[in-house]
Amino acid sequence: MLNYITDYLRSNTTPGQAGNVLWALVYILIIFGGVSLAVVAMNWLERKLLAHFQIRLGPMRVGPHGLLQPIADAIKLLTKEDIIPSEADKPVFWIAPVMILMTAFSAYVVVPFGPTHAVTDMNIGILFMLGVSSLSVLGIVMAGWASNSHYPLIGALRSSAQMVSYEIAMGLAVVTVILMTSLHGLGIYGTGAGAAGTGTLSMIEIVKAQLAQQTWFVFKFFPLGLISFFIFAVAMVAETNRAPFDLPEAESELTAGFHTEYSGLRWSLFMLGEYAAMIAVSSIAATLWLGGWLRPFPNTLTGDTWDLVFSLFPGLTFLGLALIAFLGVIRMPKHAYFRLQTLGLAGFAAVLALIGLILFIPPVRDRIQDIYWFIAKVAIFMYLYIWYRATFPRYRFDQLMKVGWKVLLPMGIGVLLVTAIVGVL
Amino acid sequence: MEPVATPFFFYLLSALAVVGGVLVITRRNPVHSALSLILTLLALAGLYLMLYAPFVAGVQIILYAGGIMVLFLFVIMLVNLERNQKEEQFNKTWLVGLVAAVALGTLFVIVYAKGQALFPERLAQLPEAQNTQQVAVLLYRDYMFSFEIASLLLLVAIIGAVVMAKKRID
Amino acid sequence: MVPITTLHYLVVAACLFVLGVVGVLTRRNVVIILMSIELILNAVNLNLVAFSRLYGLHGQIFAIFVITDAAAEAAVGLGILIAFFRNKETVNVDEVDLLKW
Repeated sequence: MLNYITDYLRSNTTPGQAGNVLWALVYILIIFGGVSLAVVAMNWLERKLLAHFQIRLGPMRVGPHGLLQPIADAIKLLTKEDIIPSEADKPVFWIAPVMILMTAFSAYVVVPFGPTHAVTDMNIGILFMLGVSSLSVLGIVMAGWASNSHYPLIGALRSSAQMVSYEIAMGLAVVTVILMTSLHGLGIYGTGAGAAGTGTLSMIEIVKAQLAQQTWFVFKFFPLGLISFFIFAVAMVAETNRAPFDLPEAESELTAGFHTEYSGLRWSLFMLGEYAAMIAVSSIAATLWLGGWLRPFPNTLTGDTWDLVFSLFPGLTFLGLALIAFLGVIRMPKHAYFRLQTLGLAGFAAVLALIGLILFIPPVRDRIQDIYWFIAKVAIFMYLYIWYRATFPRYRFDQLMKVGWKVLLPMGIGVLLVTAIVGVL
Repeated sequence: MEPVATPFFFYLLSALAVVGGVLVITRRNPVHSALSLILTLLALAGLYLMLYAPFVAGVQIILYAGGIMVLFLFVIMLVNLERNQKEEQFNKTWLVGLVAAVALGTLFVIVYAKGQALFPERLAQLPEAQNTQQVAVLLYRDYMFSFEIASLLLLVAIIGAVVMAKKRID
Repeated sequence: MVPITTLHYLVVAACLFVLGVVGVLTRRNVVIILMSIELILNAVNLNLVAFSRLYGLHGQIFAIFVITDAAAEAAVGLGILIAFFRNKETVNVDEVDLLKW
């Protein structure tokens, strides 16, 4: 039994490859907890960032600077009354949020946080993630249909039409990158120097191909990698029904679209599924284009000193966050009513500083590298999501479909053709 | 990559597939039938994974469960009539159909059981790690012609479906 | 426990095939008939992939082609259904009994 547990630790593979069920379950639980924590943090971050973009403060009361606001939201949603429309199709009504949540979380099975830090390394990794996110369309259609009311039905049909259209553009951008994994070239302009290897659909192999070809795929065959990255970045925002493509769930247009009739815990499942899907497609983008878990310049800036410099980044990040929190503590009003909040914020700053100091210890520092860079890249995408929501006006539905079919699809096909031609020249 | 706990997952997935199939042909509401068909398709994708065919499993999930079934659900919502669900669901010749199908099934099982001597002794251990690459090599080298014909077929199907479902203005 | 052999997969495929045939022969709703046809195609696919484990990858290639053809056929079939529904307002095959109306 103990051998079963330690044999996996000695082998340098993912739990799926080692066939170890126990460690696969442990990884799954860690990912589940991590993603849920990330969704909670995203909730708070979205409200604070949107507020600061609009020159206001956002939630400030519930905890110091609103840090406990997501917990208050969660308690509110859990204790709300569960209203089901009387003519609703009850089994389908029940199963729709479950389906969206299951597909959103199933995509994390192949997300690589490091060269061996994934639950499994499927041979069809990226195909599996795209397929599972196309199953979420079914959940939305079911939700709109089962609610037996006009706004959810129209919202569901619009949302699923939008998601299906942008899936095609996403798929073409992904195929361009898969093509690039097999076209070995050195440096930025890889024009045929070096033998062409075999391409791969496996997520871990795609990042290893970026390491071997010494270039992140966003910079390969410049500007083709950049254009395909742009296509995927736009399509992934439309795929997760986020602004500026959020007409199906906009409040002034369709009174919350396909999740109008859902209240309380069921609605929170939708929200959880939406944020989890956002993080999943962001991790696809980070893995395919931005080099996954690789630190910046893994091949050109090598050597012990550069490794040391880059390994200090995680600790420095947390110390920076602790500094910002400490500045918030200093700027708190000096009134008796604010004493509890000041103490809370000071405690939070202390916890962040402690984590930063722990990340400076050499054994931890070496192991946390890959995971840190991956999460940093995904966090950039999360910030971009919130920035888009604050900045861009909403697309009308016909404009949305026009962009998906008449702009992104031809662009995707063009990039694919030109990449194929440039790669074999 | 060896499958883990093969008998358990085989029986679970086949039970899900067969139960889904039974629900498809017996439900009154076509939306429920479509959802049961999705269950069957996903269970079959799991069975393909157990048969060392990950690429076919991935294609099944994307195309069948994520594409064709969305199409079915859209069309069901378009043509769903309330009165249709209160009518008789099975046609007049249901008994003949049932008998014919059971006879067909018995024929299958007899043929399989008697022909078991023809199967090879050892199962080919197809390595799962290179499945996509090998499928790609076969598809683009030996079956290139069929590949091109299939893409032409899809083009014809797209044009046909658009032309037939268009609203006529005359 | 008996080890799972190819025969097990073939029996499952036969069950699905029979269920599909029963669905095609006994239901009146056109959409459910089309879904039963999809069940039949999936049973054939399972058969092909089960045999491909014995004899090499050609079964999987054929299964991919079958899935592609099923997609094309579903699209065209549903297009016909919509065109028909626009004219006759019914999805019962029993009421499609005239060559021209």
